[in-house]
Amino acid sequence: MRSEILLNTVGLWSGYGGKPVLQGIDIDVREGEIVAVIGRNGVGKSTLMKSLIGLLPRDKGSIVFRGTAVDNVPAYKRARLGIGYVPQGRDVFPRLSVIENLMVGESISSKRATAEEIEKVFSYFPILKERRNQPAGTMSGGQQQQLAIGRVLMGKPSLILLDEPSEGIQPNIVQDIARIMVELNRTTGVTIVFVEQNIDMIRAMAQRCYVIDKGRITDKIMPETLEDRDAVRRYLAV
Amino acid sequence: MTVLFSIFSFLYQTGDAFAFLVLSACGLAIIFGMMGVINLAHGEFIMCGAYVCAAAARAGLPLPIAILAGALAAGFAGMVIERIIIRPLYDRPLDTIVATWGVSMVVTQGTLILLGSTMPGTGTPFGSFTVGPYSYSVYRVVLMVAALGTLGLLWVGFTKTRFGVLARATIQVPHIAQALGVNTGLVYSLTFGLGAALAGLAGGLYAPTMTLVPTMGSAFVVEAFVTVVVGGADIFLGTAPAALVLGAVKASLTSWQGQLAGQIGLLVAVIIVIRILPRGISGWILRERT
Repeated sequence: MRSEILLNTVGLWSGYGGKPVLQGIDIDVREGEIVAVIGRNGVGKSTLMKSLIGLLPRDKGSIVFRGTAVDNVPAYKRARLGIGYVPQGRDVFPRLSVIENLMVGESISSKRATAEEIEKVFSYFPILKERRNQPAGTMSGGQQQQLAIGRVLMGKPSLILLDEPSEGIQPNIVQDIARIMVELNRTTGVTIVFVEQNIDMIRAMAQRCYVIDKGRITDKIMPETLEDRDAVRRYLAV
Repeated sequence: MTVLFSIFSFLYQTGDAFAFLVLSACGLAIIFGMMGVINLAHGEFIMCGAYVCAAAARAGLPLPIAILAGALAAGFAGMVIERIIIRPLYDRPLDTIVATWGVSMVVTQGTLILLGSTMPGTGTPFGSFTVGPYSYSVYRVVLMVAALGTLGLLWVGFTKTRFGVLARATIQVPHIAQALGVNTGLVYSLTFGLGAALAGLAGGLYAPTMTLVPTMGSAFVVEAFVTVVVGGADIFLGTAPAALVLGAVKASLTSWQGQLAGQIGLLVAVIIVIRILPRGISGWILRERT
């Protein structure tokens, strides 16, 4: 039995100040999937993520979440519908402590997170518990990435958008993060869409991949394809 | 003994100047520090608080309730002005200066036309007490306590409550706060309203001590701006210490050479501080920390 489509885009155009970056993107993501969007630098991967969460207005086309078009829904309401966004470069709140950063992620739900739920996030990312009172801006890139993911988990999203989670992070932490995301997907059923160029991370997490180039989806491949060097060069090399 | 009397007199005057600077400046500091909006209508929110407080007190309300009514009225006016005038200008911070200046002029002249050149006030309550040869106003001591209480409540509000955390998150990385489900428009509106309400509180608290005229805000605005400029964008690391330093400078010069020397000293102190610490006291503390 195939599960329901959670998110799809229909001919999505979007960009900055009238300059189109995305030029008709069609993707669909089923509930419980882990889907990677791969491609070279500057082809529109982050633009796609920002458009999905609503930080960039779309120019044409449509974004459908759980069967409803969310094109005119502002970002904060999309978050409340269950879309969690982990931005490129983490963007933690630098002068808030770890625990305060988590509180912001929790603000979506009408009732306060229980100590149990916070402990659950700490169990995935023990370093956050250790540094709970430290200002987030003073932590390393890998720790900030874990905080950015933990922050989104506090809102109990049904879909997590990860924008280049491996960027600027030590390889062993990249593997940890990939393992935890797969485990989260398996235990909670959360759907994950991520943008990535790191082959190890793509192969560790993705169930299937969209290849994006010059603002369009040019290919759909399985992560195993990337074992072939020519394929890597074709899809990812600059 | 006379030395002790003089010390007490100096402390009282420093405390009085500190209270005036803190209460005048904290609304301005919140709106500038949290939102980057330089609010030239700050004085008119103070005037609004003072007028509403005086009217409510003359209508028979007890003074503390009248002061709170002034703060609430100014806060409400602030939220309306944020929604109508400030919100379209968030991407253009320099234009907010012109817009709020316009609000200031319209409100001052409008009040003059509608309510006349002066408004009957209420007397200063509580009388006075004497220490040695000098007599002091009890109400001024109340104002000092109110200033400390306001700082304390703001600190609790911004560090210990959910709203405080969301407001600080919104100020630090607005688009991410939004992507995490924070209604940032509402946060801005409430923050501006809070800043305006604090201005109204200052107006209400000082209403019993001053003549109420439509331009009374300007008596507060210069010193409020001086305090915020010296302090920098952070209210606790900046405004409060700046108010203490400037209060001491003003008090010592005033008791030595009179009011005019106090004012001149204040402005000279600002020039010196800005020459040494261009980002204010809080900018310097935050840089030292990192």
